[in-house]
Amino acid sequence: MLIDLAIAFGRVAFVMLFVLNVAALLGWVERKQSAIMQDRIGANRASIFGITALGLFHPLADTLKMLTKEDFRPARADRLLFELAPAVSVFFALVAFASIPFGDTLQVAGRVVPLQAVTLNVGVLYVFAMLSLGVYGVMMAGWSSANNFALLGGQRAAALMISAEIAIGASIMGVVMIHGSLNLMDIVRGQGHLLWGWIPAWGIITQPLAFILFVTAGIAATKRIPFDTPEGESEIIGYFVEYSGMKFGMFLMTDMVETIVLAGLSTSLFLGGWQIPYLFAEGFRFPWGSGISLSPLLVTLLQVGAFVGKVGAVIFVLMLIRWTLPRFRYDQAMRLGWLGLFPLAIANIVLTGLVLAAWGTR
Amino acid sequence: MSPMNLRQRFYLVEVLTGLGLTAAHFFRNMARHTGRAFGRKGESGAVTIQYPEERRPYSPRLRSLHRLVRREDGSPRCVACMMCETVCPAHCIYIVADEHPNPEIEKVPRRFDIDLGKCVFCGYCVEACPEDAIRMDTGILEFSSYSRGGMIYTKEMLLSLEPAEPTGRPRSPIPIPANRRA
Repeated sequence: MLIDLAIAFGRVAFVMLFVLNVAALLGWVERKQSAIMQDRIGANRASIFGITALGLFHPLADTLKMLTKEDFRPARADRLLFELAPAVSVFFALVAFASIPFGDTLQVAGRVVPLQAVTLNVGVLYVFAMLSLGVYGVMMAGWSSANNFALLGGQRAAALMISAEIAIGASIMGVVMIHGSLNLMDIVRGQGHLLWGWIPAWGIITQPLAFILFVTAGIAATKRIPFDTPEGESEIIGYFVEYSGMKFGMFLMTDMVETIVLAGLSTSLFLGGWQIPYLFAEGFRFPWGSGISLSPLLVTLLQVGAFVGKVGAVIFVLMLIRWTLPRFRYDQAMRLGWLGLFPLAIANIVLTGLVLAAWGTR
Repeated sequence: MSPMNLRQRFYLVEVLTGLGLTAAHFFRNMARHTGRAFGRKGESGAVTIQYPEERRPYSPRLRSLHRLVRREDGSPRCVACMMCETVCPAHCIYIVADEHPNPEIEKVPRRFDIDLGKCVFCGYCVEACPEDAIRMDTGILEFSSYSRGGMIYTKEMLLSLEPAEPTGRPRSPIPIPANRRA
């Protein structure tokens, strides 16, 4: 009983610490990566006893700044919703990662433990449900601020997120059809198969169109540049105009956490999750016959490492997109969502269905 | 603006081209940063000049903070002829003349104040001076103050300054008026 509790605690703790730490680090990654892309150096002045550590203390300084700033609430704001909105936003972003698997199974004290915080048969739906609920936080923030600009920003956010999430939902249907399961663990395991004995059946190979649609719609759903019309940091102010201090910081954190969830989800659905090509439970087995046998613990560690590495790579690409592309106008984003991504995703479903019917399942 | 062709309207190819460009910058700069971190000589991965520590070389023609040129004995070369005060379009120079102990020299300034809050750095005072007694070659550009009084530089402060190095780096410390409050 105690061991079961400890195991459950460990699974949740790993996911929570991973998400929170990477989210804190993302502020630094964003600054430094954008700086290096633009031939700059980036923030490097925050120091503790003269040690600057490549600017790694800047997230710390930022957090301290946010925590010590005045926590201002407009006089006519709806008190309850105004206080609740950032918490709702960040909560749903944080819990969304729960059903994303970060490894296969691990033998602990005679028990087979699946390496994900919560094992859910409807894992994919759960993640999308949580990400969709995030829109409530945004709308509450926009409405409760008693500010017309915030309200307009909140409405832009809601419209954008709804149009993006429909495209996301339709784009992953192909993956779900191929694997015949909504359980993310099953989907990742299914991607361990080899096509014709040597190509790993990762989602990006079996569903390339869906991958592009998913990432595009995913960026729109997380409201990051090039789809940042809800925020419009530099000119059209967004739903969090009236927020200050750590409440504003929580909206920023939501942004970062949603990026991680998007990266984790694309990894699980399209990049083989924790799979390493030709690595099986007993070690590497290459298509030309040779192999290396590894201990189960080492295999698990490799798999977790592969998952973390893939998430990092996806985050790199997302940041690259965020610092390269100019913003879509509001109507362009809507047009892309409804007239571009959504019909293409439907076409992808039809195509996948036809191929599956002709080929037989899997 | 010309209408976009099909490839541009399709967007994906153009996006990938753009991402390729920024990614190429990232990896090139990252390789340079890593190389320099391990002590390899090579081009810098960034064009940043870390300002207070590093400076751009200034032009030798730069008009910076004024200085009063000294004679051999350390007294000002200025003869208080009021030419600079007269020519100054901003009326920022204030001179009070005094008799010079040496009968060869006509006068000497008792006070020579420049209000840098008014000065427009036109350099007319340097051109007008018949004695080459005022120059704007100190290379000092950082003189800010929270009060107007803190912008008034007196004769003693202007006399203490040295010309800048050929690179434009100032040789003397920035003088701080006594009544300047932080």
